[in-house]
Amino acid sequence: MIRRLPHPGIAATTAAMVAVALAVPRVVDEFELLQLTVFAALCILALSLGVVWGYGGILCFGQSAFFGLGAYAYAVTAINLGESTGAVVLAVVVPALFAASLGYFMFYGRLSDVYLGVITLSVTLIFFNLMNSTAGDAYRIGKARLNGFNGMPSLPTLNLPGDPGRVLDPTEMFYLVMALLVIVYLGLHALMASHFGRVVIAIRENETRCELLGYDVRLHKLLIFTLGGGIAGLAGCLFANWGAFVSPTVFSLAMTSQIIIWVIVGGLGTLLGPIIGCLIMQYLTTMFGTQQIANTNLIFGVIFLVFVLLVPRGLVPTLARLGARAFGPPRARDVT
Amino acid sequence: MDLAAILVIEVLSGIAGLALISIGLAVIFGMMRVINLAHGEFLMLGGYAAIVATNHGVNIWIAMLVVAPLVVGVIGMIAERAIIRFLYGRMIDTLLATWGLSLFFIGLVTTIFGTSVAGIRAPLGSVAIGRYSISVYRLVLIVVAAAILAVIFVVLRRTRLGLIARGTMENPDMAAALGVSPPRVYAMTFGIGAALSGLAGGLLAPISGVLPTVGAAYVAKAFITVISGGTAILAGTAAAAGLFGSVNQLLTYFTTPVIGEAGLLAAAILLLRVLPHGITGRWFRGSL
Repeated sequence: MIRRLPHPGIAATTAAMVAVALAVPRVVDEFELLQLTVFAALCILALSLGVVWGYGGILCFGQSAFFGLGAYAYAVTAINLGESTGAVVLAVVVPALFAASLGYFMFYGRLSDVYLGVITLSVTLIFFNLMNSTAGDAYRIGKARLNGFNGMPSLPTLNLPGDPGRVLDPTEMFYLVMALLVIVYLGLHALMASHFGRVVIAIRENETRCELLGYDVRLHKLLIFTLGGGIAGLAGCLFANWGAFVSPTVFSLAMTSQIIIWVIVGGLGTLLGPIIGCLIMQYLTTMFGTQQIANTNLIFGVIFLVFVLLVPRGLVPTLARLGARAFGPPRARDVT
Repeated sequence: MDLAAILVIEVLSGIAGLALISIGLAVIFGMMRVINLAHGEFLMLGGYAAIVATNHGVNIWIAMLVVAPLVVGVIGMIAERAIIRFLYGRMIDTLLATWGLSLFFIGLVTTIFGTSVAGIRAPLGSVAIGRYSISVYRLVLIVVAAAILAVIFVVLRRTRLGLIARGTMENPDMAAALGVSPPRVYAMTFGIGAALSGLAGGLLAPISGVLPTVGAAYVAKAFITVISGGTAILAGTAAAAGLFGSVNQLLTYFTTPVIGEAGLLAAAILLLRVLPHGITGRWFRGSL
C-alpha cells in the first residue's frame, strides 16, 4: 500500500512546528511575534481548504465565508458575554452549521465541482456585500454593533476559560495558536488515515465507483465540508483575536483568492503544502505591502497563472517528486 | 397606477441588467464550457474603456456601443490565445487560471487608474410618469438588452458563422475534417463573449460607476444567472434573468437592496436544489 505522506515527514513537520513554537518567543521582538501569530492562524485556515479541496476534491471558493463567519460570531458573542469561552465555541459551531446547510443544498442537489466553486464564491461575495451594508444603529446583535464596512473594533480578546479578568498576553496567544495549528495538522492526518478519510480520498479519485461500492458519497462530502467550515471558523476566531478587530474584508474576494493561492502554490493533496504556501505568500504579501513595488493583486494574479499553467501540482508534491527522482530508488519515482 | 407602472419598469430594468451582465458569460460558458471567472473584470474593463473614450471626446454612444466591446473583445482574444487555449477540457484549471487573470486585471487597472470611482453622466435625462420621474437611459437599457438577445439568436440560428460555431462546439474533430479551424473558432467565440461583456460594462458604466474591483459586484449575479439558466444560452439566460430580476427588484422595492441580493441568492440555491441542471435542463430543452 502506498502511503500519501510517510510518517517520518509528519513527525519532522510536527517537530519543526513545536521547535518554532518554543524558540520563537525567546528570539524575536513583540511585533514579529504578532506577525508570526497571524501567520500561524492563517496556516490553520490554509489547512481547512487543504483538506476540503486537496483531500475531499471539493473546490470551495467560499472558505473565507466560513473564516469571516467565525470571526464575526466570535466578535458578537464576546462583546455580548464579555467572556471568550462561549464565543470560541460559537465561532467554530456557527460556520460549521452554515457549511452543513450550504453543503446540504449543494451535495444533495448533486451539483458538479465547477458549480460548487461558483456557488461558494457567490455566497462569499454576498456575505461581503451584506456585512458592508450593516452600518448604523439599526444593525446590532444584542450589545454588539456590526458597523458595516468600518468593522468592529476593540473586541475582548481571549481569556482563560471562566476567568474574564485573566486575558492572554501575546506570548501566550502565540503558544495557543501554534498548539492549535499542531493539533489541527495532526488531527487531520489522523482523520485522513482513518477509514472515513480513506473513503473521502476514494471519492475524490472516483465518485461513481465509491457510490457503486455502497458508500454514501453525499454524506462523506457533507461531513468533510462541514469540518472544513468549522476549522476555517476557528482560524477566523484567532484572526479576530489577533487584531481585536474584525471588518468585512474577511469576506472579500482578495481573502478568498489568497486561500486558494496558498493551496495551489503549496500543493493539493498534502497538508504540509497549504502551510508552506501560506507562509511563502504571506511573507511575499508583507514584503510587497511594505515596499510598494507593485500592486499585490497584480503579483498574485501572475503567480496564480504561473502555477496553474506550469506547476499545477504545487511546490510540495513537485519537490517531493524531484527528490524521489534524484535520491530514491527507481521504484519510488511515482510515489509522492 | 403610476406606482404599478414604475414597479413594472423597475422589474424590467432589473431583468435587463441581469441579462446584460450575464450574456457574455453565457456565450463563453454555454458554447465552450469554460467558466470564466475574469468575467467581472471584462465588464470592468468595458466600463473603463467607455469612460476613457468619452473623456477623450468620443461620442458617448460610440464609446459605449463600439469602443467598449472592441477593446474588451481584443483583450479576450489575447487572453484566449495566451492562456485559456492550453487548458481546454480541464475545467477546474481554466476556472483557476481565469481567476488569476481576474486578479491580474484588477491589479493592472488599480496601478493605472487608482482605486477611486470613475464615472460618466447618463445621457438622455429623465421623463416623468405621473408623480414619479424615471431615467430615460434605463428604458433604453431595457430595449438594448432585448436587442442584444435578439441579435445573438439570429446570428447563432440563421447565419453561416453561427452554424460553424455551433458545429465546432458540438464536434471539433468533425468540424476540422470539414475544413474549419477549431482553434480559430474558439478564439472568435471567446472574443465575442468578451466583447459582449465589454458592451455590458460600457452600458452600465453611467449607472453604477466603475472602479477596479467593481467586477466582484457583478460576477456573482452573472454566474448565478447563467448556472440557473442551464445549458441553453439564450432561453436559459433570459428565463433565469427574468426570475431573479423580478425577485431581486421586488424584494429591493419592499425592503432593502441587501435583502434583495440575499433573496436572489436564496432563490438560486433553492432552484438548483430542485433543478440541478438549471431551468433549461427541465424546460425549453433543445432551445438555443
